[in-house]
Amino acid sequence: MNRDPSKSFQDMILALHDYWSAQGCLILQPYDMRMGAGTFHTATTLRALGPEPWNAAFVQPCRRPTDGRYGENPNRLQHYYQYQVILKPSPPDLQELYLKSLEVIGIDPLKHDIRFVEDDWESPTLGAWGLGWEVWCDGMEVTQFTYFQQMGGFDCKPVSGELTYGLERLAMYIQNKDNVFDLDFNGRGVTYGDVFLENEKQMSKWNFEVADTEALFDLFAKAEAECRNALANDVPIAAYEQAVEASHVFNLLQARGVISVQERASYMGRVRDLARGSCEAYMAKEADRWAKDYAGWTA
Amino acid sequence: MTDFLLELRCEEIPARMQAGARADLEKLFRKELEAAGVTAGAITVWSTPRRLSLIARGLPEATEAVREETKGPRVGAPPQALEGFLRKSGLTQDQLEERDGVLFAVVEKPGRAVKALLAEAIPAIARAFPWPKSMRWGAASLTTDSIRWVRPLSGIVAIFGEELVECTVGDVASGYMTLGHRFHHAGPITIGSVADYQEKLRACHVIVDHEERQNLIRSGAAKAASDAGLALIEDEGLVIENAGLTEWPVPLLGRFEESFLEVPPEVIQLTARINQKYFVCNSPLQLAEGAGVGPVSDERDTPTSNPSRKWEGDKLANAFVCTANIEAKDGGAAIVDGNRKVLAARLSDARFFWQQDRKTLLAEQAKKLSRITFHEKLGTVADKVERVAELAEWLATEGIVPTCDPKLARQAAELCKADLVTDMVGEFPELQGLMGGYYARAEGLPNAVADAIRDHYKPAGQGDDVPTAPVTVAVSLADKLDTLSSFFAINEKPTGSKDPFALRRAALGVIRLIEANGLRMPVAKGELLEFFADRLKVQQREAGVRHDLIDAVFALGNEDDLVRLLARVRALQSFVGTEDGTNLLAGYKRAANILKKEDWRGIEGEIARTGEEDPLALVDDPDLAPVIAAKMAERHGKELSYTPEPAEKALIDALDSAEPEASSNIEAEAFEGAMAALASLRAPIDRFFDEVTVNDENSDKRAARLDLLARFRAAVHSVADFSRIEG
Repeated sequence: MNRDPSKSFQDMILALHDYWSAQGCLILQPYDMRMGAGTFHTATTLRALGPEPWNAAFVQPCRRPTDGRYGENPNRLQHYYQYQVILKPSPPDLQELYLKSLEVIGIDPLKHDIRFVEDDWESPTLGAWGLGWEVWCDGMEVTQFTYFQQMGGFDCKPVSGELTYGLERLAMYIQNKDNVFDLDFNGRGVTYGDVFLENEKQMSKWNFEVADTEALFDLFAKAEAECRNALANDVPIAAYEQAVEASHVFNLLQARGVISVQERASYMGRVRDLARGSCEAYMAKEADRWAKDYAGWTA
Repeated sequence: MTDFLLELRCEEIPARMQAGARADLEKLFRKELEAAGVTAGAITVWSTPRRLSLIARGLPEATEAVREETKGPRVGAPPQALEGFLRKSGLTQDQLEERDGVLFAVVEKPGRAVKALLAEAIPAIARAFPWPKSMRWGAASLTTDSIRWVRPLSGIVAIFGEELVECTVGDVASGYMTLGHRFHHAGPITIGSVADYQEKLRACHVIVDHEERQNLIRSGAAKAASDAGLALIEDEGLVIENAGLTEWPVPLLGRFEESFLEVPPEVIQLTARINQKYFVCNSPLQLAEGAGVGPVSDERDTPTSNPSRKWEGDKLANAFVCTANIEAKDGGAAIVDGNRKVLAARLSDARFFWQQDRKTLLAEQAKKLSRITFHEKLGTVADKVERVAELAEWLATEGIVPTCDPKLARQAAELCKADLVTDMVGEFPELQGLMGGYYARAEGLPNAVADAIRDHYKPAGQGDDVPTAPVTVAVSLADKLDTLSSFFAINEKPTGSKDPFALRRAALGVIRLIEANGLRMPVAKGELLEFFADRLKVQQREAGVRHDLIDAVFALGNEDDLVRLLARVRALQSFVGTEDGTNLLAGYKRAANILKKEDWRGIEGEIARTGEEDPLALVDDPDLAPVIAAKMAERHGKELSYTPEPAEKALIDALDSAEPEASSNIEAEAFEGAMAALASLRAPIDRFFDEVTVNDENSDKRAARLDLLARFRAAVHSVADFSRIEG
């Protein structure tokens, strides 16, 4: 069967999987939790910690409740996909590897203007930052390209390179579509709208209007408590999941408009404490083994 | 003499950092060479997104040889002396030279090869490079000791003459090899020397000279516009930024849907500029002269092709100019089309906001401000707005802002922050004020109100226009004064480089509003007044006003009227510049010194003797001024117990006439007149010092003369505290 990444959303994803697989990446599946960005996947956040090499690629569904537009905006979605690649340590030819991946999905760099425009990344929630670019294709941001410098408040030793492709945008570009819902999903007439339009309508309504805010506040408090419970029992990965959960519940509360400006900073601080605490515990659990296996490495 | 080429290649350097990096590279390079005793001549530094290049011309092959000679003991001196000398010089006895019976240690330091110096200098420069933000990368980053650079460093070309300067930075070794354009020339290029560097790169689609790229963008963008019958809106910031994003810049013009032009032009320009780094264009509407008269010429003049003919109006055209980094196979059609789509998506958002926002009256929007905290200790933005409205109305009612309708001032103030909750300002915070102005006009509010909403943040920076429309002045002033007094009230004052609430800018704005509009008002009290004094000094320094003179006037205390204060300072500045002024200042300092030395506090001291540590501290207390004046008058009224000397009498007479003259002029704010009154004291005080002995044996005379000096000092003080004046 011939694939055509320029005419099918799924072929584009498969082409990226093939390509990154050939570069030695593990092809992972999405993390089975609601999260705002692929960076929250443990394959990124936790694996960026410590000295062990790690190369992985995966699609991560992302939820951004406040970006929902009831399916009426051609570009904005409350649920969309990121394609994430993490390479640790960052290889010397990471830019070239990335550019070849664009060619694989049908972007000719002598026809389209590809640019690396400064855009440093920071996630106060994860205690993480990195330097890099947003990659532009004819003026459109198609990828976030970051060299992680810190994660969970720890220096990355070594530094990972992280690529985050915005899959819908990229597909809209390649398929020459102005509306995300018009994207050809499978190359045989099923559109992105067929798959997701109703989902966007209902989820936007739920995010903005329906979700029980009392229950959400309760969920937040429970996730926070469970994170601490997990930390107390030395299971940092489980603790981290609760931090991710709290982060998403907080985003939902934001969409419901029930968190005042003053409270916002305090909630963000609480999520940050959970995420950082989980990263710290994860490091602490592994640090001795890493120090033994990697001469010169220290936490 | 030999030329040297250095190229430090790395992944894309942020455009905004390139100018600083060029300057730093040259500075560090010169420093390294100078430390080794080589003076660098002409140095050229270039940058592209992917490389920093330095060319140093006419370097020597080697540093000069140095011969150092140290004189030692005489032949036949005691062995201890010889041993000591050998130890110090590190030589053996047979290496010493003998001349005329004296031993010399001679050390020849051969010149060092500059190539070797450079090999050491390059890693040192890389390690010391002060990037605003730098990073680690790759396998070496297993420890934090690895080399830091702005983005991963990937290559070094270092060629001295035609020889390779061998060095290593991190795990990157120098070589002759570099890379051309990322897409047009993927393979390596071998550089021979300085001579072929620029042209070899050019052949591989890299214009290494950033100024050349800037020129290409400037002229290319203007041409793209004029070819389309439009006039490019020049934007030097965009020229530099785009030159920092490209190695082979190709400006391309594209069009967006005309219907987007319903959105205010500032919004379109900002969207294009900030988000996409595009230029925008104006379209010539019609000829200014003879517009609409006679047949329309077929020949479409453009502003650039015929600058003598003016085009009427600056109407934004539905066009943008983007700068590509490639010579595209299809001439750029796909690039233009892609960029058009991105801009269209952005403009759709903007148009949506523009339509949505106008569905709600500003007065309704303003109610939402009660949900936004201004500062945790200062309440919500709605609270602030209410304070500003009160103050703006008061400024108008009191006539402090002349010809200002208090009702309009209140109305404008109540609405001035309403646009903060609009979608457009949420998306583009830079448009605060401006959008409020648009929405106010769309609602049919009075122009004075719309203008005030639009301009009330002004003046924002040094070069920004200062409002003069009365309603705008009232709202702008009220907003800034409220910010200042509120934050001072909760003790949130700027410290050092920290000024999180931009209070310095607010104070400067107040000063400029007051100055430009001649507003008469008490600006502040206490600490805040001192803060204004500091800001005033900084601001007036630019205008050439001496800060010590501002101090001298502020030191009088109680001066909270900046217009009056500046008038006094200006009069003082022109006075101290005259010969009379200089001499009077000298006389003042002499009198003050004598009084200090004699610890003569006179009447001032009598009042101040209250156990204060510094009795004179109270002299400047404005509340005591009338008391001092009364005591002075009483004392001066007394007859002297002796016949004064002529010079003494002359000074008394001069003071008798100068004092009322100065004070009536000050009362009338005729500060030149007050200075002239002081000038009349100059000759008498000089003569007094020439002819009269202050420290007379007769204690009555001594006391009277010291009192007289104190009186002179006080008279001068009525104009300014001359002790603060430098020189």
